[in-house]
Amino acid sequence: MARITLSKLRHSYMANPQGPEDFALKEIDLSWEDGGAYALLGPSGCGKSTLLNIMSGLARPSHGRVLFDDKDVTDLPPDARNIAQVFQFPVIYDTMTVYDNFAFPLRNRGVDEGTIKTRVHAIAEMLEVVPLLSTRAAGLSPDNKQKISMGRGLVREDVNVVMFDEPLTVIDPHLKWKLRSKLKELHHKVRATMIYVTHDQTEALTFADKVVVMQDGEVVQIGTPVNLFERPEHTFVGHFIGSPGMNVLPCKVDGQAATFAGLPIPLEGGFDTPNSHSTQIGVRPEYVSITPTGIPAIVRKVADIGRHIVVEAVAAETRIRAVIHDNPPETGETIHLSFQPAQTRLYCNDWLISRPELSGSSPGTAGSENLMGAA
Amino acid sequence: MKTQNQKAWFFVLPVLILVAFNALIPMMTVVNYSVQETFGNNVFFWQGLDWFQQLLRSDRFHAALGRQFMFTGIILLIEIPLGVIIALSMPRKGFWVPVCLVTMALPMLIPWNVVGAMWNIFTLPDIGLLGYFMNNTLGIDYNMTRSPFAAWATIITMDVWHWTSLVVLLSYAGLVSIPDAYYQAAKIDGASNWAVFRFIQLPKMKQVLTIAILLRFMDSFNIYTEPFVLTGGGPGNSTTLLSIDLVKIALGQFDLGPAAAMSLIYFAITLLVSWLFYTLMTKDDAK
Repeated sequence: MARITLSKLRHSYMANPQGPEDFALKEIDLSWEDGGAYALLGPSGCGKSTLLNIMSGLARPSHGRVLFDDKDVTDLPPDARNIAQVFQFPVIYDTMTVYDNFAFPLRNRGVDEGTIKTRVHAIAEMLEVVPLLSTRAAGLSPDNKQKISMGRGLVREDVNVVMFDEPLTVIDPHLKWKLRSKLKELHHKVRATMIYVTHDQTEALTFADKVVVMQDGEVVQIGTPVNLFERPEHTFVGHFIGSPGMNVLPCKVDGQAATFAGLPIPLEGGFDTPNSHSTQIGVRPEYVSITPTGIPAIVRKVADIGRHIVVEAVAAETRIRAVIHDNPPETGETIHLSFQPAQTRLYCNDWLISRPELSGSSPGTAGSENLMGAA
Repeated sequence: MKTQNQKAWFFVLPVLILVAFNALIPMMTVVNYSVQETFGNNVFFWQGLDWFQQLLRSDRFHAALGRQFMFTGIILLIEIPLGVIIALSMPRKGFWVPVCLVTMALPMLIPWNVVGAMWNIFTLPDIGLLGYFMNNTLGIDYNMTRSPFAAWATIITMDVWHWTSLVVLLSYAGLVSIPDAYYQAAKIDGASNWAVFRFIQLPKMKQVLTIAILLRFMDSFNIYTEPFVLTGGGPGNSTTLLSIDLVKIALGQFDLGPAAAMSLIYFAITLLVSWLFYTLMTKDDAK
């Protein structure tokens, strides 16, 4: 068990990286606390798997260090790091029985058969695969195969971290839910640090206590699922999490006032003077409502998706989505929209700059740490 | 009501005719010869199973069959492991992949009688590169036409040179189809190189290797052209394999009856061994 620290980590697949665009990972400083349940969330190609492979030792970072507690493991091979990794496609040893699959990592490390037996049975019980122990692993269903590859990771005592690289990709939808709750349960039992890589926000938000959101080789925000939803530090997080994603509206800033479509928009609080003219207002559709007065907008589309209705309207050539619960407007109708001030934020160059404590007036949610220090 | 008629037969007819002309009729001609004796002029005498009985008791047949199994056994023992080792050491990506693949495929593109002729010249003691080198530079007495051992060593080396590539290419295809995740998982599990081979690479190559062994068994068991051109079955009868002996009986002695009986037994053995091997190898997969 260990705290994992990534210090000034950068990685490029090229021999001579020049600019930042040559780096798959750009300067990452990150700590994974011992025993935490993390999700690493981001779109395909954002560098999640690279980061994972660097932590497991399958890849060596071109710059920076990886520390387990205070020990530098940057140059250690995977088997010397005592970590476990579960891959997208289940990796099982076809010719072995389920029991031998579980025992394999232990046997490779010269553990005696008695200990192996106890460990394997404990893990099999936890994963509910005891009846399968003596069957050959080749014929199992994909979800059982994935359980076996998880088991091989968990069977070693005191693994530093178990990493899951989109482990549910090949699992049937109805089993995904089961396996995900199983994972959560496992985390409570074994208390090992778990890092779950995915591009699926539902998977990330249900599994993790803390979610690390990545984009283009950078960590844009680290926070609890609630944090990420309520107070995105970056417009990308706003887009990426939530369905539909956050509305991002270009705005003008004058002193401490922000205007959109010529109207002043009340914000959650004050902000430092933006260092660029690229400023945006961010508000989630859940906090946009149709009111008698407000920003005039023309309804483009109304979608009833069961639990609520998503209204898509256009104001000042910008699309605004609102989530409402009754009395949907007609398409083409002109409506007026208002934003809940406490949930309306100001972004500059896509990074959050408004802060509720600056004016002291708004009851905003607790801020999450901004590790990138861009605010 | 469904219409019922016999029209479907017309659709199978072309295949039926094709198979009849390229397999059934030639095969039945052989069966026909195998139970009769002929002295030419299209005069036949009924022999029943005499030829089969004689053949199965004949020392000459036993010896040829023994040589045949020895030849096939030796080349399989060399070509399969060697092919796997070469495939394992070939690069998986980059510039050298096509270079290796083409180099490997070259020997297989050479016609069989040319292979025989090439090796014949190659091994001539007075002018052949190998023959001259062995005799005059290394001082080893190497003459295929005199020493049975040299003859055997040469036909085996020739076959290994000609056909190991097939095993290499098939194994290589099996190897590159293994996803990286398997190797990564093995690294994390702390598996040794041997364990990676034993539990990942070999199982994943099993199917292509089954095909490779089957093909090499059938081809080497029926081999004729190369050893015939190279040694002509000699010195003496030392490299007279089944097929060479068969041609001697059929065309040399013109004993069509015994030759037909021998062909049928030959065919039956090839079929039986292939079937047994394939059934045994694929037994586990069906479960």
